[in-house]
This record gives sequence, C-alpha cells and structure tokens, in this order.
Amino acid sequence: MLYLYNGALDVPKILKEWYEQEAASNYGAYIPFVGTVRSEDGIEGLSFDIYEPILESWFRSWQERAKAKGAVIKMAHSRGDVMLHESSYIAAVFSPKRRVALEFIDTFVEDFKTSAPIWKYDLKNGQRVYALERSTAIQGSGILANKIL
Amino acid sequence: MSILIRVEFLGPIQKAPLELEITNLSELATLLQADKELSKWLTNCAVAVNDTLVSSLEVSLKDGDKVSLLPPVCGG
Repeated sequence: MLYLYNGALDVPKILKEWYEQEAASNYGAYIPFVGTVRSEDGIEGLSFDIYEPILESWFRSWQERAKAKGAVIKMAHSRGDVMLHESSYIAAVFSPKRRVALEFIDTFVEDFKTSAPIWKYDLKNGQRVYALERSTAIQGSGILANKIL
Repeated sequence: MSILIRVEFLGPIQKAPLELEITNLSELATLLQADKELSKWLTNCAVAVNDTLVSSLEVSLKDGDKVSLLPPVCGG
C-alpha cells in the first residue's frame, strides 16, 4: 500500500499500523526503512512535490514484484514541508524469510530515489529551493531536446 | 477537426500548462526548443503521455491527450 500525508510522518503510528496489518499474515520478517531530515548546509527543512498518477503506477509495479517473491511492500511519503529531525519517508517489506525482505528493501529504495516522481526542495532563509544537484533524471529523459530533422 | 493537447510542467518548472494544436511529440519538441526559458529543462526532463512514460518522440497524439514533463527527481 502507498500512503501520502501532508507534512511530516508520524513514524511510531505508521510502523505500528503496518505491524498490526500484517501481524497475523505469517511473515517472518518486517524490515522498515525510515528516512529522517538531517541538519545539513543550514537548511531549516525539506519540502516535497509529488505527481501522484505516475507515483501510483510506479508503486503498483513494485507491488507486483513483491508479490512474485511472496512479499508485501508498503510506503509512506510526505507532501509539503518537513522540518529537521522529522521523517518524510518510510518504506517497509514483509516477507516469509529475512533475506528476501533485506534485498528487496535495498533495490526498492534505490529505484525509488531515481524513478519516483517526487521533487525535493531545501527550505533555507524562508525560501523553497529546488535540490537540482541531488536529483536524478528519470531513465529516458532528454528526448524533447533531440534535434528534429 | 482541431486537435488540442494539454502540456503540463511538473515539480520545479515554473510554467503554466499549455494547450497546443499538435499531432506528435516531435512537433512539441520543436515548439519547446524555441522557448528560451524552457530549453534548459529539456535535456533532463522525462516525458509522459497520459501518465505513461515514453522513451521516444515517435508517439502520435490525439485530441485530449495530456503530455507531462518530469524534471529530475529526489524523493525521500
């Protein structure tokens, strides 16, 4: 399941809800990843834009990949502002055995970073500045710059 | 019959949506390459037609289609 929230994530509540959703599902492993906004380069926080239609289809493809391995994937992300030491992102995998979940969370989070249609901004001196240098062009980008013959 | 395509600029691209009479992505590329403000984004933007990412300009468009430009991403 994919959960989007306005502002910071309530980490204990989300982890508890997910735990309870799968408590009787006979999974041997629950591997969560919690992303926290760190103090760095004088930022006051981060801010996020999300394009939900493509995020949803991207996430559905990962749900299918998880299902094929007998696993379940869940993800929560913030819209808008998230301040220092708050969380903007949680992903978790449930699987019968730990190895599948440990490997799956790694590949999922890496692909999330380079493919999920979410844009990050630094909140600095009251301004919202696009974090271009920390962003990655989605695979296949640049076709509109092609020379037209 | 005229064909109207809606073009949306997502995330940090500060540009209002356009309604264009075009029939394929190559025509869109030609139009957007002429826009000085936008040309810097074109090299690193992904393109979606009706919310599906495409990897080539060889895509024909029909009336009511939506084209989205997605600049570099950084979730989490």
